[in-house]
Amino acid sequence: MSISQMNFFERVVFLLKTFGKSYVSGAGYTFLIALVGTFFGLVIGFIIGIIQTIPVKKTDPLVKRIVMKIVNYILLAYVEVFRGTPMLVQAMFIYYGFSTLFKINLDYMFAAFFIVSINTGAYMAETVRGGILSIDEGQTEGAQSIGMTHFQTMVYVILPQALRNIMPQIGNNLIINIKDTCVLFAIGVTELFSRAKSVAGAYYTYFEAFTIVLIVYFIMTFICSRVLRLIESKMDGPESYDLATTDTLAYTSGMANYPFKNRRMK
Amino acid sequence: MDSPILEVSHLAKSFGDNLVLSNIDFSVRPKDVTCIIGASGSGKSTLLRCINMLETPSSGNILFHGEDIMRQGFDVPAYRAKVGMVFQNFNLFNNMTVLENCIIGQRSVLKRTKAEAEQIALEFLDKVGMSPYIKAKPKQISGGQKQRVAIARALSMTPEILLFDEPTSALDPQMVGEVLSVMRKLAAEGLTMLVVTHEMAFAKDVSTHVVFMQNGVICEEGSSDDIFVHPQKQETRDFLARFLER
Ligand SMILES: Nc1ncnc2c1ncn2[C@@H]1O[C@H](COP(=O)(O)OP(=O)(O)OP(=O)(O)O)[C@@H](O)[C@H]1O
Ligand SMILES: [Mg+2]
Repeated sequence: MSISQMNFFERVVFLLKTFGKSYVSGAGYTFLIALVGTFFGLVIGFIIGIIQTIPVKKTDPLVKRIVMKIVNYILLAYVEVFRGTPMLVQAMFIYYGFSTLFKINLDYMFAAFFIVSINTGAYMAETVRGGILSIDEGQTEGAQSIGMTHFQTMVYVILPQALRNIMPQIGNNLIINIKDTCVLFAIGVTELFSRAKSVAGAYYTYFEAFTIVLIVYFIMTFICSRVLRLIESKMDGPESYDLATTDTLAYTSGMANYPFKNRRMK
Repeated sequence: MDSPILEVSHLAKSFGDNLVLSNIDFSVRPKDVTCIIGASGSGKSTLLRCINMLETPSSGNILFHGEDIMRQGFDVPAYRAKVGMVFQNFNLFNNMTVLENCIIGQRSVLKRTKAEAEQIALEFLDKVGMSPYIKAKPKQISGGQKQRVAIARALSMTPEILLFDEPTSALDPQMVGEVLSVMRKLAAEGLTMLVVTHEMAFAKDVSTHVVFMQNGVICEEGSSDDIFVHPQKQETRDFLARFLER
């Protein structure tokens, strides 16, 4: 039976049989780029968010204040530029920029990771900053009151809570990245969308090829959003807690005579 | 008499051109229980926050064992570890369990071993009656319980002095008692405490020293009897009378 005699479903099955592997590997690339890009974007976002929320007081040395100002302007410029331009154009700009200006042909995958990361980083910077600012001042004061440094306060108290609070945003970004990597076909990355295009072109079965790709994209994003929810509830810990039993109490009662004086910090 | 742990002299603090504290002088000796009383807005919290360096004083001195805490290069985190603070709103770390709250400072600031930190934390949680709740997160326990954990967290750092800023003001009446009884116990054990409070009965019973503040200055100070039984200043009498009326 030739392809023109098949009905819609038969053509879909035919395409899946013939190009299934190609779809799967395209989906793999898409997922890999989205995951790596989101991860490094998050890292970039955290670094920028932390720098932007370092408290600068009027009493700080002039050098520190000036350096902080300059650094903040640079970061602000980065955020505004990469948030304010389409990723497709950025991809073209960076990819052809490297080959024209530096005579370097970037590896497709490296270029993909790079572009998605810095693009996501620009969004994440704002998200992380908001996440840090949303944590009650009392958390910082509680940490400072027991002697934690700014760095310790951030690492142990503020960032874990900020990370938890921005999990929905991170999920959003991951899903957006899964979908938006399709623009990278423009620089020759063989992700899901570019595979679908070649499949479609091979037998002129555009509708069928893109029906499949639509479903594959949806399956990927749906699984991701479910998994992220799972991670969120893992982060929240158990709904209830067990009361400690006599084991722990017995353990402490042994310590009741522990001399208070000797432990004083000198 | 022991030499003072803390000496505050000529302390002043203003926010912009709003002078909130001026000419504050007092000192705290080992085992003192000093209560600071005064009307809302008189600068009590600001004073404690200056002592803990959460606010930077505008002028004056604070000496800790004779050492100026505001000099350049003074190790503020190490100082704060020795001067604990209990807040009105508890400020427990929401991302940690009760036990972790009491361990994290010991591990990260005092560099104690895990086993030692755990032992000490459990000992103080036991003292405040919270050892059964070590696995709970702050949002899973009541206000009074949170405040008792906050006290245990501060004690776990084995501070030389503990500052309390209205530790019972955010609590329902039935929870006030449980926190005050813990504080009475600590006072009886000889812990040096500096307590801002509106609980006059508590202040009267446990204080070795009482400071009455009004409009950013110390209006009158003395022993518990001096202030509560024989107040000299009219302002002090008026303030106490208003409390008795309630
Ligand atoms: N960060 C700040 N910026 C500006 N003004 C402040 C700040 N903190 C406190 N103040 C002002 O300082 C004054 C004293 O405040 P403080 O909180 O020390 O009073 P308080 O005696 O603790 O009162 P309360 O019993 O209500 O807790 C108030 O008039 C307050 O408005
Ligand atoms: Mg106050």
